[in-house]
Amino acid sequence: MDSTISSPLPAKPSILPQFGALARSIAVPVLAVVTAVLIGSVFILLAGLDPFRAYQGLVEGALGSDAGLTRSLLKMAPYILSGLAVAFAFKGGLFNIGAQGQLVVGAMLSAWAGFAFTGMPPVLHVLIGLGAGILGGALWGLIPGLLKAYTGAHEVISTIMLNYVASNLLEWLVTPARPSANPGPLAFCNTIGSCALAKTPPIQPSAYLPVVYQPGGNTQDTLHLGVFLALAVALIVWVVLYRTTFGFELRMVGLNPNAARYAGIKVPRLTVWTMVIAGGLAGLAGAIQTQGVYHEFQTNQSLTLGFDSIAVALLAGNSPIGIIPSALLFGVLGAGGSQMQLASRVPVELIQVVQALILMFVAADQIVRRVYRIRAEGVGEKVKLSTGWGSR
Amino acid sequence: MDQQSFVNLAAIVAVINASIRSAVPITLGALSGIVSERSGIVNIGIEGMMLSGAFAAFMANVFLSNPDVPAFWQQQPIRLGLCILAAVIVGMLLALLHALLSIRYKVDQIISGTVINIFSLGITGYLYIGGQNTLGGLPNVINNPFSRDQGLLFYLGAILFDKGLLTYSMFFLVFLIGFALFRTTWGLRTRSVGENPRAADTLGINVYRLQYTNLAISGLLAGLSGAVLILEGVSFERGMSNGRGFIALAVMIFGMWRPSRAFLGALLFGFATALQGQLQFLGGEKVIPHQFVAMLPYILTLVVLAGFVGRARPPAHVGQAYEVE
Repeated sequence: MDSTISSPLPAKPSILPQFGALARSIAVPVLAVVTAVLIGSVFILLAGLDPFRAYQGLVEGALGSDAGLTRSLLKMAPYILSGLAVAFAFKGGLFNIGAQGQLVVGAMLSAWAGFAFTGMPPVLHVLIGLGAGILGGALWGLIPGLLKAYTGAHEVISTIMLNYVASNLLEWLVTPARPSANPGPLAFCNTIGSCALAKTPPIQPSAYLPVVYQPGGNTQDTLHLGVFLALAVALIVWVVLYRTTFGFELRMVGLNPNAARYAGIKVPRLTVWTMVIAGGLAGLAGAIQTQGVYHEFQTNQSLTLGFDSIAVALLAGNSPIGIIPSALLFGVLGAGGSQMQLASRVPVELIQVVQALILMFVAADQIVRRVYRIRAEGVGEKVKLSTGWGSR
Repeated sequence: MDQQSFVNLAAIVAVINASIRSAVPITLGALSGIVSERSGIVNIGIEGMMLSGAFAAFMANVFLSNPDVPAFWQQQPIRLGLCILAAVIVGMLLALLHALLSIRYKVDQIISGTVINIFSLGITGYLYIGGQNTLGGLPNVINNPFSRDQGLLFYLGAILFDKGLLTYSMFFLVFLIGFALFRTTWGLRTRSVGENPRAADTLGINVYRLQYTNLAISGLLAGLSGAVLILEGVSFERGMSNGRGFIALAVMIFGMWRPSRAFLGALLFGFATALQGQLQFLGGEKVIPHQFVAMLPYILTLVVLAGFVGRARPPAHVGQAYEVE
């Protein structure tokens, strides 16, 4: 049995699979999450703390109140978009580990558009900000796309390297003045020249994403329009992947680049476009963070968002619709983390451990299948990533 | 020689030493990649193994430096030996996990490696508690025996001596693995499995066992490079490997999967890192912001990947799961 040989493209999946098929397809991810939570409890016990109180605090913090629920949805939105950035590329046979860099470049460019333009009508300014975010992310996806398509440089390494380049570049842009150096070009300095912490000036209120719901209390916990935008984009990505010629070609390249080449698809060009669109999706995630949540760009915002989205995408089996529940789970984990620490003294970093365990069990689905005795599903669409270093 | 040229010589020696210092963990990481890839397994998890190895070495050092620990265990060779051992074991365990996932469960090797990277970042972040003290890292094996008045000898000595045990071990390992790969049965078997596992299998080589063994060695080397970061470097901090594991892979490609060439590549990267320190030392920040110099190794990696991947020929079967018939 060679599970890596690609079968012909299966029939167009419907957006809502049959119930039996649905149950089968979510069994592994659900059990992966359960297993990860159980192993997470072992880590809590090893630290001499109480796992029940920890998880109770987590659930209460994320779902126990209007504010908590809002916070969960708020955190879900960027996970959907950056998760899509990983999943979209994955469908095209590219492993985009650079969602992090694409996201922060997008966040920065959106912030720049937000404070540099003044006196704009709100709708236009919001759109320009989002557009700038998409552009920034797309640019940061274009580079590894070109490198992969025309030199063969593997995207896993080039996107990681670009993450580091992006973080240094952005740090320089907003770095405050020090005795040894001038402030960065976008640093937030007042009229007498003293600069705040490493961040840009606040964006104009006209660039704020409209608030849809505000449960009161903490002003940061407001439901902004970006949450619905993210859901809509997930649907659009599904349509593009499964209902357009471009999507068909993209998936074909992902499953078998050689066959695609023989079928007359221009693989290099498609590779570049795949990365550009993936980058744009991550950039949009950054933009809604800037325009909906922070209203400025700080170097320490969204520190691990892009990395976590790898797990979000894999948990969803790289399905654009599956990304929504997967991102919601990560949103809940993120929103309840601080309450968990408060209730049980378990460090927030536990969330990262649980996320990593989820990723492991989803990736190694055979382990989960063996432990819980779930039948394998036969040969489905399986994208192959590690075909040496210079292929394509 | 006049005073001026001695000042320049001191700067040159500082750059050379800083280059070697940064090249050590990268070289060990590249060796780790070579041993794994020559047997046909892509190991993108070196970064995570390095980070976990560094954490293990640090925690072992913290634990053994506790005043309650009997003096016997605190003797420098025993304490530091155990720190290195901890790093190496943790690296090996993670590599064996990678082997299990990718050889037994046929998980895509890139995904499996990424799992190890993310897992390492999460677990070390969770377990790390700041503000802990140790009795210190590895001392110099031999201090520079020459004094400043001896001029050139002093500078030569500063390059040859004043280094920790792991730095010298790296030179030895570059030689050892190069020799083993091309002059021993193990090396021949490794290379044949990486090129054509089916043929190797037909000739009676146990492909899986060889791959497991090589992954264990690969993890050992990655763990060792993590130990270098702690024992010949600084205290632990979250995510301290900072992409070195990926740079090591670029160096491996640059070195065409050969240990000695990979070492030369690592020196190049070490040099790029060394420039950063020199620039800060010379107060050149008004001219070039330090962030741009900090980007240099990463950009260099991109250039190397773009420029060399097309021409470099990796082991033919690398990255593809092998199915015994």
